[in-house]
Amino acid sequence: MDDEELLRRFLGGDRDAFRTLVQRYQTVLIQIARYYVNSTATAEDVAQDTWIAVLKGAERFEGRASFKTWLFRIVANRARSTGTREKRQIPVDPTDPVAGDRFNVEGMWKEAPTSFADLLADAQANAELAHAVRRAIADLPELQRSVVTLRDVEGLSTSEVASLLDLSEANARVVLHRGRAHIRETVERVAKGDR
Amino acid sequence: MALVKDINCRAAVRLIGDYLEGRLSRRDRRRLERHLASCDACSAYLEQMRATIALTGQVGPEDLSEQALEDLMDVFDRFRREGDAGEEGA
Repeated sequence: MDDEELLRRFLGGDRDAFRTLVQRYQTVLIQIARYYVNSTATAEDVAQDTWIAVLKGAERFEGRASFKTWLFRIVANRARSTGTREKRQIPVDPTDPVAGDRFNVEGMWKEAPTSFADLLADAQANAELAHAVRRAIADLPELQRSVVTLRDVEGLSTSEVASLLDLSEANARVVLHRGRAHIRETVERVAKGDR
Repeated sequence: MALVKDINCRAAVRLIGDYLEGRLSRRDRRRLERHLASCDACSAYLEQMRATIALTGQVGPEDLSEQALEDLMDVFDRFRREGDAGEEGA
């Protein structure tokens, strides 16, 4: 069932519809809020207040954006106004996504990257890979984790991600690529059998 | 055709992030694609990145703890009860 239908049902009092939406989005809401506030406990409160605002009709979905984009904007706005965190310094210099020692002095690969094709074709390896990717996301620095989650897990556009996290689009792309590069390294280690 | 300067693998890898987001200038895109056409290693790297993005998309959000879920369900139930009480009192 799509998000909009679940929203319609839970506003009509359907408990299971609410449960499904909470299971789908609560951890992301906390993650977005956590970006603006000082503690996880405060982020959880902001996320809870977001659902209450939706329940009370204080925030109305008008279908101008997708449900999730609308919901993420509400939590970001609420967290921003609650937030006591100092403005972060976002490094803008793109660092090399691949460790420098993998290239020779001419800037060519010393050893070609391992293909993931075999790994992806193997269902058992895929389960292991899913676990490794999940762990790699969890281990990312907070900003990278938020950007990767919103862009690649939730499927928002880079411009939506930038707007939610108060970043320029260029910075969001730099952070995104760093995060993706970290996850790629993890997958490559699994592909090489080096866990 | 304008001359497209060759780039090495290290430079190609630096361009791949914005390439995946469709944000390279035409000039850089041409330089990268020209490099990829003759470099299996960088093509493999690009495929790795595409696979990584796809895998990340399949993982889904972290599971919510049962306790956190129940806490929110309590909020919902409380809200419904208060709403019902309000309607009865009206």
